[in-house]
Amino acid sequence: MPPWPGWNGRVTAPPDDCLARNEWICGAYLSSRREILMDAALQHLQLTALAVLIGLALAVPLALAARRWRWAAGPVLGLTTILYTIPSLAMFSLLLPVYGLSAALVVTGLVLYSLTLLVRNILAGLRAVPEETRQAARGMGYGPLRLLLAVELPLVLPAAMAGLRIATVSAVSLVTVGAIVGYGGLGNLIYSGMNTYFKAQVLTASVLCVVIAVAADLLLLGAQRLLTPWTRRQT
Amino acid sequence: MNVLSDTWSWLTTATHWSGPDGIWNRLGEHLFLTVVCLLISCLIALPVALVLGHLGKGGALAVNISNIGRAVPTFAVLVLLLLTPVGTYGQWPTIIALVLFAVPPLLTNAYVGMREVDRDVVRAARGMGMTGRQMLWSVELPLALPLILTGVRIAAVQLVATATLAALAGGGGLGRIITAGFNLASTPQVVAGAILVAVFALLVESLFEAGQRMAPGRGREAA
Repeated sequence: MPPWPGWNGRVTAPPDDCLARNEWICGAYLSSRREILMDAALQHLQLTALAVLIGLALAVPLALAARRWRWAAGPVLGLTTILYTIPSLAMFSLLLPVYGLSAALVVTGLVLYSLTLLVRNILAGLRAVPEETRQAARGMGYGPLRLLLAVELPLVLPAAMAGLRIATVSAVSLVTVGAIVGYGGLGNLIYSGMNTYFKAQVLTASVLCVVIAVAADLLLLGAQRLLTPWTRRQT
Repeated sequence: MNVLSDTWSWLTTATHWSGPDGIWNRLGEHLFLTVVCLLISCLIALPVALVLGHLGKGGALAVNISNIGRAVPTFAVLVLLLLTPVGTYGQWPTIIALVLFAVPPLLTNAYVGMREVDRDVVRAARGMGMTGRQMLWSVELPLALPLILTGVRIAAVQLVATATLAALAGGGGLGRIITAGFNLASTPQVVAGAILVAVFALLVESLFEAGQRMAPGRGREAA
């Protein structure tokens, strides 16, 4: 009796490539799973970009409010510090009843983390603008909005960009935790690779994460250099 | 509101607190991992940072190691370690990953603290005939203490977070309550676990903050 239907008595040798041998570094994995990798990396980038942009949009008014009204600074900084202390897995889990298993959950969690870094840096930058500069601008007839956009904004940029770089790099790394709800970008591949003991997938996805983080950091550094040409002359 | 009351009833159910999967046991695991790994990381990072800071060497490494630590996903390191031969040795992949992520803040803060000691004070100490060892122990170390303690606090909070993530890769600790909740599709359990983790992290943070305030000498002024 044949062990399974269609058995022809011959044993075909399993393919002896790096996928079958479950090696860490595997070119065949890269070529055969290119689309999966691209999709995961794209999701990774989208989640990161969305979170950092929303975080930035919220952090600027918060930092301005914290500087404008002294009483607001304590609660804003305290609250963002508390949010930052909560571990990522717990943060995503706390948002589960609100968002369910969705990408919005991951983005919201990441926004809350980036808020801390951005608010702190922007506020520090705003406070470092010399009072004389502000008075000189006022004396030249600058209104509050023009003072903010033409004088303070350029002076705050270096500190704000430093915060943005840290927030972006952290977000790239934290997206992976989103795998717990199925929206972790490359983290999904790491998670499924762990469950199936697929070494090439875990290593490739991990390396790609670091590559994205470094690339994003360098991109923002380049943007900062372009935006603040006056800081280059001194160094 | 429904989730809140369900979470509350999950938390107040006595059977969820006892046994090997119970909250007390998971809390113990979490505390054990945090304390042991904090000690190991301090033993590794602080001597290196103090000596490098005293000699004024290796600054680029000490400062950049924090940036590297931020760019490498914790989850990826946990899974990578799990798939290496180390992964077969019980808690070791978790402990190694925890230490790896606790060392950078310790190293960077202690190094910066040592370098930011007023150079005039160091020169005065040398002028008084102190040896390098004396200067390190009785001048530079006390003055660098506030930043060193800041590093310890950041490392401790980082350890709590990493230990939570370790549950995703099969480690123990409070994170297990969350991952088990996800596997059971039980939102109340997920939220209950998350609340426990968050409270634990905030407690650790405030404990170290209080410790920093009570630290001797200059610690109070600089903080």
